[in-house]
Amino acid sequence: MTDLPHVPSAAAHEPGATKILYYRHSLAVRILHWINVVALCVLLMSGLQIFNAHPALYWGKSSYSGTPPFFALAHGFPSWLTLPDGRWLAMGRRWHLFFAWIFVVNGLIYVVYSTLSRHLARDLAPTRKDLRSIRRSIIDHLHLRHPTGAAARRYNVLQKLTYVFVIFGLLPFVILMGWALSPRLDTVIPGWVDIVGGRQSARTLHFIAAWTLVAFVLVHVFEVLISGVFNNLRSMITGRYVVEKEHADHSR
Amino acid sequence: MRIIRAEHSRRHVLSRMLAATAAALLTGCDAASRSTWLPKVLGVGERASRGAQRLVSGRRALAQEFSAADLSPQFRSNGTANPDNPEYQALAANHFADWRLKIDGLVQRPLQLSLPELRAMEGRTQITRHDCVEGWSAIGQWTGVPLATVLGMAAPRPEARYVVFHCADPMDADGTRYYESVDFDDAYHPQTLLAYELNGAALPIANGAPLRVRIERQLGYKMAKYIMRIELVASFAKIGAGNGGYWEDQGYEWYAGI
Repeated sequence: MTDLPHVPSAAAHEPGATKILYYRHSLAVRILHWINVVALCVLLMSGLQIFNAHPALYWGKSSYSGTPPFFALAHGFPSWLTLPDGRWLAMGRRWHLFFAWIFVVNGLIYVVYSTLSRHLARDLAPTRKDLRSIRRSIIDHLHLRHPTGAAARRYNVLQKLTYVFVIFGLLPFVILMGWALSPRLDTVIPGWVDIVGGRQSARTLHFIAAWTLVAFVLVHVFEVLISGVFNNLRSMITGRYVVEKEHADHSR
Repeated sequence: MRIIRAEHSRRHVLSRMLAATAAALLTGCDAASRSTWLPKVLGVGERASRGAQRLVSGRRALAQEFSAADLSPQFRSNGTANPDNPEYQALAANHFADWRLKIDGLVQRPLQLSLPELRAMEGRTQITRHDCVEGWSAIGQWTGVPLATVLGMAAPRPEARYVVFHCADPMDADGTRYYESVDFDDAYHPQTLLAYELNGAALPIANGAPLRVRIERQLGYKMAKYIMRIELVASFAKIGAGNGGYWEDQGYEWYAGI
């Protein structure tokens, strides 16, 4: 969720320096990103609080169909992972259902903004050339090699595909599966939750999607750490990102 | 070498700062949860959900109904399984022959109805899914009188806005009884039943005998069991702690559509 303008809007080019400081993330993207960080943390931790009220998962329309749960935790998740920290379903629901709104509204603003500003088309949509380089990008990632110079200004193909998958696949899916848990929203088209097998299947998928997001965040943070943590953090806070000028063509 | 060490210590400081910030935020969130203002702020989410769900789903939209193949082998009993209340126990001992459902409050014709009288009215049978706030679901077949029929007989006065269910089950050491409330959208909904049968047999005590309400578009805690009295009110501010239900008084949402 970053912004990579074609023309560096602030290329601080000191005499003799080999580094170019350029404007990578727009203010809107930076704000939306950090709101999303807070919302997802609250949603995950309050979600685990809600899960702990009945720490078992089922497949199908109901929990009591004659088959036992396929996943169960005897004591639920530890309290340090939940919000609030003790067993408190009522407050967990309040946190969850409030921040769900923050998350959805923030996401809608992001989609509108990134479409209108062409952030989506310019920075996130993989080009044909990108797709041809997919093999090489996989090998680079496995060797923890990161593009430098001019190539570092653009997202690599795996990064683009991952962001597009998370933004337009995983996040809408986790929201949809949350809606499926609402008895009132199930009446919009009675029986629509059967698309995924029923309400208890939807609850399971909501849970799996949430942990898939956690897996994404772990990889995302790992990549941030090994590809220059200060540079990355600065770019998501101030917008400015440094690339090495002398290596401009190194990775081609 | 020195550069690498500086980088390491910078990382060390940064990760410590992040950990400290996270810990402070979490402590703050937990403290705020215990405040009086935060639940009110977060309550905005409940109002937004209620408004949005009414907008997209229609006031009379029906809940999904299921087939006999989907029935849960045994319908789970949750909360009270047998009210610890001598008055109720005396009624149960006599198979609820002396039980009367009282309908009063803001109505033109206060009523008292016996179980045979309710059974004699035109009923409805439906197989629906019961979704508990805890996360589990069970599917059962319910037979009962539409609440709309009984309300029609009692003729609510124009100022009535909510239907309050007063129950027989004491919930704590003080003897606070369970109660619940719904608005007229749910009270007059065609699937809202005063149910006296579960899966074709008389409603068991564990599931709310002699009468419980089915409100199929909300979570289980709205569906009061052991109903003794139905009161029509303009506001539930003076009932219990004023939040419209026993669990609402413990911090749960009055609108339980999600």
